[in-house]
Amino acid sequence: MRMRLKGLLSTLLLAALPVAAQTAPGAGALSAPNANPFPSTYTRYASRPTVIRNVNIFTAAGPLIRNGAILIQDGKVVSVGATVDAPADAVVIDGTGKYVTPGIVDDHSHLGANAAPSVWARSDANELVNPVTGYVWVEHSVWPQDPQFPRDLAGGVTTIQVLPGSGNLFGGRSVILKMVPSPSVQGMKFPGAKYGLKMACGENPMRVYSTRGPQTRMGDVAGYRAAWIQAEAYRRRWDKWLADKTGDPPTRDLNLETLAEALRGNILVHQHCYMADEMMQLIDVSKEFGYKIRSFHHAIEAYKIADVLAKEGIAASMWADWGGMKMEMMDGVRANMAIVHAAGGITIMHSDDASGSQRLNQEAAKSMAAGRAIGINITEEDAIKWMTINPAWAIGLEDKIGSLVAGKNADVVLWSGNPFSVYTRAEKVWIDGAMLFDRLDPRQQWRTDFELGFVPVNNGGSR
Amino acid sequence: MRAITMTRAAALGVVSALVCAATAGAQTIAITGGTVYPVSGPKIEHGTVLITNGKVAAVGANVTIPAGVTRIDATGKWVTPGLFNAATTLGLAEGNPGSGGYNDSHAKGEKGVSASFNAWEGMNPASTFIPPTRKDGITTVMVAPSRGNLIGGRAAVIDLNGETVASMLVKGPVAMVAELGEGGEARAETFAHLREVLSDAKVYGLRKAAYDNGAIRTLAASREDLEALAPVVAGTMPIIISANRASDIRAALGIAKQFGLKLVIEGGAEAWEAAKEIAAAHVPVMAGAMNNIPGSFSTLGHRQENLAILKGAGVQVIIVGDGGGLGEDNYNARNVRYEAGNAVAYGMTWDDALKAVTLVPAEVLGVSDRVGSLQIGKEADVVVWSGDPFEFATVAEHVYVRGVENLERTRQDELTDRYKTKPPAYRKP
Repeated sequence: MRMRLKGLLSTLLLAALPVAAQTAPGAGALSAPNANPFPSTYTRYASRPTVIRNVNIFTAAGPLIRNGAILIQDGKVVSVGATVDAPADAVVIDGTGKYVTPGIVDDHSHLGANAAPSVWARSDANELVNPVTGYVWVEHSVWPQDPQFPRDLAGGVTTIQVLPGSGNLFGGRSVILKMVPSPSVQGMKFPGAKYGLKMACGENPMRVYSTRGPQTRMGDVAGYRAAWIQAEAYRRRWDKWLADKTGDPPTRDLNLETLAEALRGNILVHQHCYMADEMMQLIDVSKEFGYKIRSFHHAIEAYKIADVLAKEGIAASMWADWGGMKMEMMDGVRANMAIVHAAGGITIMHSDDASGSQRLNQEAAKSMAAGRAIGINITEEDAIKWMTINPAWAIGLEDKIGSLVAGKNADVVLWSGNPFSVYTRAEKVWIDGAMLFDRLDPRQQWRTDFELGFVPVNNGGSR
Repeated sequence: MRAITMTRAAALGVVSALVCAATAGAQTIAITGGTVYPVSGPKIEHGTVLITNGKVAAVGANVTIPAGVTRIDATGKWVTPGLFNAATTLGLAEGNPGSGGYNDSHAKGEKGVSASFNAWEGMNPASTFIPPTRKDGITTVMVAPSRGNLIGGRAAVIDLNGETVASMLVKGPVAMVAELGEGGEARAETFAHLREVLSDAKVYGLRKAAYDNGAIRTLAASREDLEALAPVVAGTMPIIISANRASDIRAALGIAKQFGLKLVIEGGAEAWEAAKEIAAAHVPVMAGAMNNIPGSFSTLGHRQENLAILKGAGVQVIIVGDGGGLGEDNYNARNVRYEAGNAVAYGMTWDDALKAVTLVPAEVLGVSDRVGSLQIGKEADVVVWSGDPFEFATVAEHVYVRGVENLERTRQDELTDRYKTKPPAYRKP
């Protein structure tokens, strides 16, 4: 739907502009919602056809393949199975005793925007001037030299959604990044990925805006509704103009443009929310205005309404065991993920943390164990999905990444052992078929510009 | 239910605790057939741990089991001492003050000095964070003031079962905690300030009578704080100094040498860079194993091999949780076993890692006569694990604190029970 709209717009603009378009005002002055003013410039890194043999493969699309093989070539997964045919020039890796999984996807990250070192000058994720800041795009805060990026990659993470912070009701647009070295954010942006819209409920906006409002939960909800009312009117004005193209286009409003795109379904809504009662109210707000919530983030109390989330098709992006640090976090339980899973909900292991993001496999292992402790049998195949295909779905990229299926992007991790063991580490990581991390070879370990001179080289490598 | 327990505890106070202890302590328990890791010695296949009167009565492969005792079959299980998390604020905070919770881990102090602050005295034994911690095999913790002061106060070692702080206390104080590095003052000013306070603590100790008569100059801290620092400057009580940058660690080593302090380095992000000097000074380090982010200009050298490098250089190492995840010092103090597993993944031996969450903290904090290993006469803090305690799939099947297994459902258990089926039990009529 988004592509269709984009096509329509470019047609419109081409028709409207004079032939000497270069001398005309920039397209931004005229462009309609959902133009792509900061396009991805990512191109995949050089790669060689690669086969990993004698390896256990979690595909996230079926049962574990024991002692199988995978061929990746030209950036794509070519074949996965008990055996594969490999071209003569392929790099062959023996994976005996090791495991392969899809690249890990973290749908809740602030890397680059809350960069390390965490100093004032790099605290770039919360525009706390107004509870409704749909006009900010977090990609404009992302610092590609954040030393947290290579560490995330070394944890097997290949794609992240960077979200604005949770101080505002509407925090702004997210951006989807690949964990690749680039001097620009555009060079890390996942081509064709949809934007997300970060929304937040509960204590954070109440605390931030305690003097000017919203200072209560009822203020939070009133704030969402007031903004959606404006956005709906804006959407109608623009959609009418796009349909009949008469007269001047309406004046652009960056805030309402983002919200209107969420109403059209072109931007995916990611709602920070801890408590069951608040999630239920947010579902009602979404129905009042006709948009879908893609995922509730943190969702400490998702286990209380797991059946509802499953019925509504709303994912829950959760931690394994965080809780207790705010009043709205008091009811955290370790079986949260397992209960959501058992109810048929879309279960996602997220991090919201630069350290936790590097160990989502360990977090998933904890939640799997917590499920088993209460009689919910979570298979390893299930738990792999929590950090691959499910978050890929949450960010709208389930057709490109998140599972090892022929034709999908070759985002692949080779683990030193079973990824659910505390002793296992990601050994090699490929993005679009290119090996971008090798724990065994310090030359294959990305060091950001910041690290040069500041961060001592770890002789022998390994993060 | 919690309110009733608290009221009863408050009303009956120490008497109630004594009655419980006496009842439980009379029991004799034999844990048989497991692989026993006493930590103080090599592992014992098919070993027995005998608990009598709350103490370890026997450990070995050929223990005679008295008739009529409670037997726990631990065949195929792993048996270890209770784990010891040496960096917590358990019982001092739930929620956070900004959100309406409580936090009693930080003293205001004067000019950054609150040496006489006994953090554990404000501890809430009814904290809902304690039972899940115990349930995961953590039987002993150090409860310490949180950071933020040059000299933050005193810490205690607590066993995690009981209704009163007095009954849970293993020993307090066990250490003074302090901090050097980034802060409001320039580094050298902080060093000078610490030296001045320590120096005046010595002056105070030597000239108490003159101090009481008002016959000496004004000293750099309050009377109570100087009094609290007496065992620190006498070198009998450890001072745990948080320091991360290699140069800060070296400064702490220098101050410790000058004043004859029994120093422990906490944090120690760049300790690996000074491993030889730390080892030569016989200074233990307590740190996490999951830190690799240059999160500040004091921690640029963070790396996960830190502990293994230190251990390899001969440093005594204590593993704690400080990787930056949420609540590692209280809500998730239970996760220290995974921290130990990660230390192994990054180069420590498994045996050293187990020792670093049991016997080493007990030795460093001066309580190894009571806890930290399975040795005759020590508190029967014992855990029967379904497997390797550092693995995620492993469950602590039995947890004994001073010989008592507390089977109370935790608040998290009760919430889980209520909602694990759909529709939840909560919605049923």
